[in-house]
Amino acid sequence: MSEHEPSPEQPDTSTPAPAPAKTGISRRGLFGLAGAGIVGAGVGAALDRFVLPPSASAQENAAVYPFFGPNQSGITTPAQDRLHFASFDVADITRDELVGLLQDWSAAAALMTQGKQAGTYGAVGGPYDAPPDDTGEALDLPASGLTITFGFGPTLFTDSSGADRFGIAADRPAALVDLPHFPADMLQDTLSGGDLCIQACSDDPQVAVHAIRNLSRIAFGRASIRWSQLGFGRTSSTSRAQQTPRNLFGFKDGTANIKSEDTGVVDDQVWASKADGAAWMAGGSYLVARKIRMTIETWDRTSLREQERIIGRTKGEGAPYSGGTEFSEPDFAATGQGGAPLIDEAAHVRLSHPDQNAGAQLLRRGYNFVDGNDDLGRLNAGLFFIAYQRDPRTQFIPIQMNLAKNDAMNEYIRHVGSGIFAVPPGAASGSYVGATLFGG
Amino acid sequence: MKTRPILIAAGAAITMFALAGCVPNNASTTDAAAAITVDSSATDCTVSAGTATSGTLKFSVTNSGDQVTEFYLLAEDGLRIVGEVENVGPGISRDLVVQAQPGDYFTVCKPGMVGDGIGRSSFTVTGDKVQLAGDVQEQVDQAAVNYVAYVKDQVGQLVTGTQAFVDAFVSDTPSPDGKTAAELYATTRANYERIEPVAESFGDLDPAIDFREADVPAEDEWTGWHRIEKDLFPPTADENGGTEYVPLTAEERTYYADKLVSDTQLLYDAVNDPDYTVSIDAIANGAIGLLEEVASGKITGEEEIWSHTDLWDFQANLEGAKVAYEGVRDIVETKDPDLVKTLDERFASLQDTLAEYGSLNSGFTYYDELTTDQVKQLADGVNALSEPLSQLTATLVG
Repeated sequence: MSEHEPSPEQPDTSTPAPAPAKTGISRRGLFGLAGAGIVGAGVGAALDRFVLPPSASAQENAAVYPFFGPNQSGITTPAQDRLHFASFDVADITRDELVGLLQDWSAAAALMTQGKQAGTYGAVGGPYDAPPDDTGEALDLPASGLTITFGFGPTLFTDSSGADRFGIAADRPAALVDLPHFPADMLQDTLSGGDLCIQACSDDPQVAVHAIRNLSRIAFGRASIRWSQLGFGRTSSTSRAQQTPRNLFGFKDGTANIKSEDTGVVDDQVWASKADGAAWMAGGSYLVARKIRMTIETWDRTSLREQERIIGRTKGEGAPYSGGTEFSEPDFAATGQGGAPLIDEAAHVRLSHPDQNAGAQLLRRGYNFVDGNDDLGRLNAGLFFIAYQRDPRTQFIPIQMNLAKNDAMNEYIRHVGSGIFAVPPGAASGSYVGATLFGG
Repeated sequence: MKTRPILIAAGAAITMFALAGCVPNNASTTDAAAAITVDSSATDCTVSAGTATSGTLKFSVTNSGDQVTEFYLLAEDGLRIVGEVENVGPGISRDLVVQAQPGDYFTVCKPGMVGDGIGRSSFTVTGDKVQLAGDVQEQVDQAAVNYVAYVKDQVGQLVTGTQAFVDAFVSDTPSPDGKTAAELYATTRANYERIEPVAESFGDLDPAIDFREADVPAEDEWTGWHRIEKDLFPPTADENGGTEYVPLTAEERTYYADKLVSDTQLLYDAVNDPDYTVSIDAIANGAIGLLEEVASGKITGEEEIWSHTDLWDFQANLEGAKVAYEGVRDIVETKDPDLVKTLDERFASLQDTLAEYGSLNSGFTYYDELTTDQVKQLADGVNALSEPLSQLTATLVG
């Protein structure tokens, strides 16, 4: 919460707090201003409830994560509750213009992630006859843990006709492969691919949308949105401090996720290193996004017995079927009646476990979505899967190939969208994301 | 067309004898509100109450030991099993819901799943007799026999029909009854679609016989009905991901035809194995599964993307589900007459809706000729039936 906010004991004051400077107005500053205005209006008893949100959410929304640093934020950052993800196609522009876009994006992201407005003049200042720099819907809102993470798709390096538009084809990391066709993939071109991507995560949906909206506005003429996705609830925890959330199947998701506290695992499985080949990617990571539609209507008609067998965990506690509690390590050798494995051979928890995948792990950061409904009156619902990793060739691809062939869950899901992006290291203070590739 | 070995395998785990003691689902469930807790430790089997009132009882079994455990409610003779939960891992809790008549029972836990169990205690149920069905075991056995006979008959017809179909396909000339392979395609498949969950229970057979192109891993071979479908109803380049479809050569046609015939023969052999049986809950799950197939593949037009004969499959799935349901209907009726009434009505209603678009004899409207509103109407009918149908297994065995 803001330092401008009146404490409950503060008496009515008819003088608003001093207005902050016109440039670089902090949204948090404005929040305080609005609060003072209400006091001035003499709302009285309603005041406390209005300006003092429950402390828990206030704490969370107060989170501010740095934009500059060795790694981009939004990867090991404790998963925020909301997502707005967008994939962009770059227009027919020069390398310098592309670099200009990346610089502008980083500059705006550096402001917005700190709870400030985009642009020189923000949302309510600047020339009176010009539209405001910032679109304004995040005024009065705190930073809300906003992180903005940029990625480069394979087609940025080599487009579909094989052209090297920006002179970077030779720098394409070997790990940035085109994903293969997985069994039962039903990918739609309009939900897949892209030259660039932005992942905006926040604890407030409006703050995440504000970020994508302003960044896409900045890009007009240089890049345009190819597809985008809103996520309303995180399905993974990336920190031990977080409770494991549930996906739309009603099961806990991400129990065995890589957690930011496991720095050894993070270094081994998430961050690309110089030795991996592309030196400019050192400290970066590879993002795979999959839009996974869940046929929740048929799932909901499935017995608890079958649901739990498919997952391999209990629905309530999330304990592996071999016993214990949520965080107990599954025992895949444990058998029950008739010598059959307690955790089914086709159970999701078995097939996705590192033991079944040569030790490969993913840092998952997925979100639940419901995009209205389809023509059949079913909720267009599912999981927008996001995973970060050091090398998709040894991580996402073999894991997903195994799942796509064998996972009992496949009956209830279909992959309809897909994207893979190289996520560069973070920008040094004042620099931009992508500088390690493009220079400057 | 998708693999769901789980369906049948899971069903098999439910044992038949549970039926004897477990009945009406529609009985007042307020009695069950106070769950009886069971703590199965390494050395004991502690039940929170030694008596209960007749009706629906819920035992919440927690395994506090370090071995996989089981919990049984045994009849007065200490032998007959009234209800059980099995495969409860250490630390895990699971409920057992049973319908209990007044009388004397025993509770016992079996950590390690072997031996006579430990902590055997007497358990008394007082109160009035709960309305129960008569001896359902005979009906259950008969239902299984009838369903196996139905499966054998369908697969027998499938073998004959498939041969006629591939003969026409390979020779490119009309079959003896004057129909071409394209004409025979959808009607021949009906025998398969009626019993699809059975084929799926045999693991590798359904992928070989009925996988769609998108289901097949890149490096794996694509065979079966839909491979031939694509050749009989060749896509335009646009529909084929931008590349011109190359028709199969005569050798390739023979190859896929022979493979389909031999895979179908394997299915025939499997269901004609003297040891082949189905459990009552597998029949019920089969009915549910067939409607799920309709909901996930046919109503979306994904099953028959080249021939657009999805409504033929829809009809066959519906018929297969109806047969499976009819086989257990009388047993279910003794337990939940309202459910049976609803299911009877909704099966009939969905069949009426589907009949507006044709029949297996006269042919159906092709999926790509249906309007969005028509598809929605069919989907609503499927949902209306599927939702109560999903209660079938639990009612049957519960």
